[in-house]
Amino acid sequence: MSESSSLPPSLATAGSVPPDPDRPTPLQRGGATTGAAPATRSRNPLAGGAGRMVGLVIALVVLCAVGALTGGERFASLDNAMTILRQAAIYGVLAVGMTFVITGGGIDLSVGSVLGLASIWASTVATQTMAESSGWFVMVFTALAVGAVCGLVNGVLIAYGRVVAFIATLAMLVGARGLAEIIANRQTQIVEVDGFLDVFRSSILGISVSIWIFAAVAVAGWFLLNRTTFGRRTLAVGGNPEAARLAGIRVKRHTMYLYVLAGVTAGIAAVLMLARTTSGSSTHGSLYELDAIAAVVVGGTLLAGGRGTIVGTVLGVLIFTTLTNVFVINNLSTSAQSVAKGLIIVVAVLLQQQFAARARRT
Amino acid sequence: MVDDDGRGAEAPGRTAPPTTGEPVLLRMRDIAKHFAGVKALDGVDLEVRAGEVHCLLGQNGAGKSTLIKVLAGAHRPTRGTVEWQGQEVTLASPVAALATGVATMYQELDVVDGLTVAENIWLGHELARGGITRRRELHARTRDILRRLGHGDIPPGREVGHLSAAGKQVVSMGRALSHEAKLIVMDEPSAVLDSEEVANLFRVVRELTAAGVAVVYISHRLEEIRQIGDRITVLKDGRTVATGLPVATTPTSELIRLMTGRAVEQVFPPRRSVAPDVAPLLEVEGLGLRGVFSDVSFSVRPGEVVGLAGLVGSGRSEILETVYGARRATAGRVRVGGKELRPGSVPAAVASGIGLAPEERKSQGLLLDEPIYRNVTLSTFGRFATGPVLDERAERRTAREQIDALELRPADPDRVTRTLSGGNQQKIMLARWLVHGCEVLLLDEPTRGVDVGARAEIYALVDALAARGAAVVVVSSEIDEVLGLADRVLVVAEGRVLHSGPADQIDEHRVLDLVMEGSAA
Repeated sequence: MSESSSLPPSLATAGSVPPDPDRPTPLQRGGATTGAAPATRSRNPLAGGAGRMVGLVIALVVLCAVGALTGGERFASLDNAMTILRQAAIYGVLAVGMTFVITGGGIDLSVGSVLGLASIWASTVATQTMAESSGWFVMVFTALAVGAVCGLVNGVLIAYGRVVAFIATLAMLVGARGLAEIIANRQTQIVEVDGFLDVFRSSILGISVSIWIFAAVAVAGWFLLNRTTFGRRTLAVGGNPEAARLAGIRVKRHTMYLYVLAGVTAGIAAVLMLARTTSGSSTHGSLYELDAIAAVVVGGTLLAGGRGTIVGTVLGVLIFTTLTNVFVINNLSTSAQSVAKGLIIVVAVLLQQQFAARARRT
Repeated sequence: MVDDDGRGAEAPGRTAPPTTGEPVLLRMRDIAKHFAGVKALDGVDLEVRAGEVHCLLGQNGAGKSTLIKVLAGAHRPTRGTVEWQGQEVTLASPVAALATGVATMYQELDVVDGLTVAENIWLGHELARGGITRRRELHARTRDILRRLGHGDIPPGREVGHLSAAGKQVVSMGRALSHEAKLIVMDEPSAVLDSEEVANLFRVVRELTAAGVAVVYISHRLEEIRQIGDRITVLKDGRTVATGLPVATTPTSELIRLMTGRAVEQVFPPRRSVAPDVAPLLEVEGLGLRGVFSDVSFSVRPGEVVGLAGLVGSGRSEILETVYGARRATAGRVRVGGKELRPGSVPAAVASGIGLAPEERKSQGLLLDEPIYRNVTLSTFGRFATGPVLDERAERRTAREQIDALELRPADPDRVTRTLSGGNQQKIMLARWLVHGCEVLLLDEPTRGVDVGARAEIYALVDALAARGAAVVVVSSEIDEVLGLADRVLVVAEGRVLHSGPADQIDEHRVLDLVMEGSAA
């Protein structure tokens, strides 16, 4: 962007580009208010739904209260909290990746299948043999690479092949699952690399590693979406792809990156799955994409793109896993659970539309 | 879209123009339609008699499209009354308008490509008994309609997607007939037709009017209006400036004067003088885009404003977008500061210092739900980052400087862009390229949807930019705007440059003459 230096000097000053953004400017008289503005007004994309976040937290608290009332000690214990979080971890990691894709105006139906394929590839005899000799990270690397490659295929098809995201990732959903079955010969592959299990089934400060990884992914995702150029591009590409293109953003390339990112999160989720079940299976992650999408939408990310919230996604994941937990503790059927989930999705989306309509009116 | 199509059809002089005697079918009084403060219509009167062809004339932005949508029930007027056969009515919805007897043929034909001709014609009021379509009767009645339209050759079962533009238009007209409309609005129906098809269209229009149907006919081609029209209503700036003018006796010069006569005084900055010996900053050479425009060449020196005048569809916007790399040129080249640009690459154009303020600000330019500052820095936010990490405080600071410099209101970098007026949204676009430090600015319809006060500000800004050494290209359908702003003017019609010369040596009438009649030459 050195072009600005080739300007006629007068134009450059007129443009008032600070070559150094930190340079104090004579226009700082408004500086105090400028600085204060974001804090007092709910204008950043996260706080834009500050009301929503409160709503989600309230929903979670109510759910916990119901759990405590009906389940007593069995629900309201540290052990159970950890169980909920461990279960949330796998969905949560997927949902963070999904948040980026959806915010960027797309959808990825393949993450569950990609998770399954990555879990298989990372636990084949070949991979495990190599991991035995070279170290557990070979399995992790394999899972992430499989995820990334699947995401790349999705991304290239969607961004450059102009295949509708829904169709491209639907094809990947079917194809990846099939490939996993072929590789595994429909057998469950037991993880025997002790190093891998030691690392990913251990706890740090009494909290299991999978929860730490979920937390790390969530924090990294939040930072990436809200504080980086990558996040800004995601919002622009999802909010108005044509405007983004005409502003000079490489929309296709960025779209591709978003699917690679989702693939990588599917790889991370595969690692967590391998650790939790101590096995790789072509059935791992089946239908997880739907739970991930549900969590993202309930969290307040616009399905149409242009607005995304990682905090909302995390809350959405926690609401769904807590719900499942409350049902299990009360020995209620999974069918009833599904009905409840469906209701939550509908109510959340109805609320979202109301918020959106109100925002447009003001 | 202007060409000689209409000339192919011989106009048999109408025997008895039903300007008097025939009952008044539709009377609109003082119709106004405001969109978020923008007055698209502000006092339109229109009177249409049964059996006449009533032509609606006006420049782009005069309010014709909005008026059509009011007639079609797609827009509810903010003010004013509509009388239908002497009774006041409310055209509350498209269905209500059709039920009343008003059918509309939009310029972008609203047919469903995947359905058959018959299904399209009866769309929304299918012939059915108990929910089961009556295919045989449907096809029989469709054939009747098609025969009336002089197109018995189109099979009712044909998929509309396979028809030509003219065929689709017949289907659209068939739909109007199927509703037994008493008034048919035709928005530039000849734009997609060749001369033979125009002759057929006119024959059908004459048959319809002979049967007592009224037609509101919109066209930019005065030639056609002379052939088919009975009376003319002229719109200007959302108002009726003349109504019920007889086609036969109103001279063309009078019509053009009415269309251009300014209701509001526009303040253009005084012309600057551009040093003639300065090397051009932007050079466009033999640029072409297959099927859209060809052989466009011009150059812009620092400090110069070049205007492209022409009607919608003339290729103006496409020329700008191709220079900018948003469309990949099929011929020619673009140079900035002597360096050739990679064709079809917006990032390359932006990197070399070109900025585009697109025609459709909202859909092509802005992230409406994002705050002002993010739109201001949309092309430059990478500069406000250390590595990948953004410094939003610096972004806000820069946006605030631009807000102050351009007097953007509200002066709050965090305000959501959607809530801003058109003029202020346009200032965001300018601010974006100012922050970038663009030397070449391409402005497509810079004052569309911008109110009069803000227009003067935009004009002053464009002038100030040029004065500081920017090379500016302005496209506008408002000819006076092009002439007022530009140092040099290119007149474009149908993808060709018809005229190029200093802006002070051509006037609005001459430009209109060129684009409306001269392009056939």
